[in-house]
Amino acid sequence: MEIAIAGSVIAAGLAVGLAAIGPGIGQGNAASSAVEGIARQPEAEGKIRGTLLLSLAFMETLTIYGLVVSLILLFVILPGFKG
Amino acid sequence: MALLQPVSNLTLFASLEVGKHWDWNLAGFNVHGETILATWVAMSVLIILAWMGTRKLSRVPDGLQGFLEYGLGFMSNIAREQIGVKAYKSYTPLIATIFLFVFSANWLGQIPLRAFVHFPEGEFATPSNDVNTTLGLALIAILSFFYAGFRTAGLNFFKVFIMPNPLFLPIKIIEVFARVLSLTFRLFGNILAEELVLGVLILLVPFFVPIPLMVLFLFTSAIQALIFATLTAAYVGEAIEEGHHAIEPHHD
Repeated sequence: MEIAIAGSVIAAGLAVGLAAIGPGIGQGNAASSAVEGIARQPEAEGKIRGTLLLSLAFMETLTIYGLVVSLILLFVILPGFKG
Repeated sequence: MALLQPVSNLTLFASLEVGKHWDWNLAGFNVHGETILATWVAMSVLIILAWMGTRKLSRVPDGLQGFLEYGLGFMSNIAREQIGVKAYKSYTPLIATIFLFVFSANWLGQIPLRAFVHFPEGEFATPSNDVNTTLGLALIAILSFFYAGFRTAGLNFFKVFIMPNPLFLPIKIIEVFARVLSLTFRLFGNILAEELVLGVLILLVPFFVPIPLMVLFLFTSAIQALIFATLTAAYVGEAIEEGHHAIEPHHD
């Protein structure tokens, strides 16, 4: 039973940690391209910022899926093991 | 070490009350009381604002009427960009309702009403940190996808699922379910994550430090409302476009 508890806690940490890698790289790419775009065309800043924020939120969602998995592990599965 | 002690105590950490609800029994259905109350508060704020803004309509809008007209312009702009100039007018109420409800529900959670209103179980938070609310909204979005498709193409809309090739049928069916799932968990996860981060931060530093983060979360929850409305509009627009293709396949 201790193994199951330890496993679900470790899995919760890994779920959100691994899910943060890809979106982190993606958000970095998107932000750097946006800064480049603004530097090249400062008059398009408003439009670029709006698109950037929307796409950042979409990328953030992927991490949030991992967070949902770890929340389910912590608050639904773990109390089941503890009885 | 004493500072970190509350976090290491799992029961106190769980006092953020994830997944604890005030259960009501309405006509045999088990419903979450605090979610329903918060939903009605969010709805009544919108209804009262709209009623007050449209009581004395003037040709030159000022005050609240001007604000509401600006908001309507913003939301019909979302619908027009995603759905297209031809059909967007009949779907603007849907998109605007989804945006306004998600927006007011998210911002309701940022008001610390839970300090003043106490329930037997659960707490007075935003309704969108309950997965049932977001699932309901996602089902509304996907039903309006099908409604828009059937209104455009009738039963021919089923052809969309085997276009361009019947091999695509399983992928298209999975896509519909994945849309419901991703809409649900995007809103639910984002809002719950905000509340958890704030909860942990308030456990660590109760004063001043959480305030900039709260301002940031006002911003991100507004973005989430915008995303939910934009995606619903995009699905409706896609259904209309593909419906037209299903009727006239050679009219590319």
